[in-house]
Amino acid sequence: MGATVITDEHALDGGPGPLGATYGKMMMWFFILSDALTFSGFLAAYGFSRFKFIETWPIADEVFNHFPFLHGVNAPMYYVALMTFILIFSSVTMVLAVDAGHHMKKTKVAFYMFLTIIGGFIFLGSQAWEWKNFIKGEYGAVETKGGSILQFVQKQEDGTFKRVALADFAATLPEARTQHERSNGVWFMDEATLPTYSVNEVVEGFKADESILVRSEYLNAEKHKTVLSREESLKRLAEAKYVVEGANLVRNEYGHKLFANFFFFITGFHGFHVFTGVLINIIIFFNVLLGTYEKRKSYEMVEKVGLYWHFVDLVWVFVFTFFYLV
Amino acid sequence: MAHAHESNTKRIWVVFGILSVITIVEVLFGIYKPKALFFNNFAGMNLLNWLFIILTIVKAYYITWAFMHMEGEKKWFRRSIVWTVVFLILYLSFILLVEGNYVFDVYKTGHLKWIF
Repeated sequence: MGATVITDEHALDGGPGPLGATYGKMMMWFFILSDALTFSGFLAAYGFSRFKFIETWPIADEVFNHFPFLHGVNAPMYYVALMTFILIFSSVTMVLAVDAGHHMKKTKVAFYMFLTIIGGFIFLGSQAWEWKNFIKGEYGAVETKGGSILQFVQKQEDGTFKRVALADFAATLPEARTQHERSNGVWFMDEATLPTYSVNEVVEGFKADESILVRSEYLNAEKHKTVLSREESLKRLAEAKYVVEGANLVRNEYGHKLFANFFFFITGFHGFHVFTGVLINIIIFFNVLLGTYEKRKSYEMVEKVGLYWHFVDLVWVFVFTFFYLV
Repeated sequence: MAHAHESNTKRIWVVFGILSVITIVEVLFGIYKPKALFFNNFAGMNLLNWLFIILTIVKAYYITWAFMHMEGEKKWFRRSIVWTVVFLILYLSFILLVEGNYVFDVYKTGHLKWIF
């Protein structure tokens, strides 16, 4: 019966845990498990809403078709594919850092972790650009009093339809009004930003230009959005209530309101994970530089943060499929 | 650790190649949308969507097994993670997607008008 002195070298890190893994690594895995279930909850909810409005859901290819420096070019998918590559590649550099850690090569670990952090920043920047395009919108649309979105098209010579922006046909009427701000009305009250055109201006412009038609949200047999005839278009436009430009959490010009809500929520939650992943990577990167793990004789911390980083990549693979492909 | 600490650099690059090829194939299918796959229905979805989902699961397998080194963990540690998540996701998707489809039918055939 000696004094109770803690001699176990693992006293502070929990020691070698069960099933051949340390407690730290095991708990990282179980955290990832629970986080994976959170994300699958979001994606399953997205699937629920999509099946619920299967006939009217927006077509992702028409919404996400921008590419930097290719203004006006229809480039569906290329940009998100690029983002996917950036994230997969940063996963590769992460796993190379873990591999170098197994061989106790400090400089190599630091170098690969640095590349991973750069990849994370590039991905975050790309996502910000994607959000900017989504929020700004391109063509504008009109919402009816029943909540459906009417978009505008023009027939081309080859029989297909081309989207037209509100600016291309909306009339200018002498009815301009100023934005009601907190400073110029009833105390502390303001209103949502006014759209560039009023409903009246859009309707009058539509009546004046015979070539413009309304495109409804309904998918036809070719899985395109149904374009209405001129008479039907005018009838639908009579119910117009709001002019919608771009997207926010209330309404968006792409179609169903939930589409933008899920986009903001799911890619936003994923982007937040990427952001925290980058932060944790930076902390571990500096620890590597300071030689913390060299002294500890184990680079397992790099492995654990690597697990988190790969998980972020894993989630993106699913977001990519369910938001952009399916 | 259970796994040996030999260098896996070659395998990492091979897996990167596989993931890239799958992504490129997905994007090509997504852009060209072959009619044979796009215009039919199997268990509530067209075959193109099924193809995308299968390719995604293949990608998820490679990321988890090779990058996250699941293949090197003990069998029951691996199963405690993978089986749990696979079962719960299948269950949740089944319940929610069937329910979503049902609500769609109710809206379509019911007397109430939604989003008009």
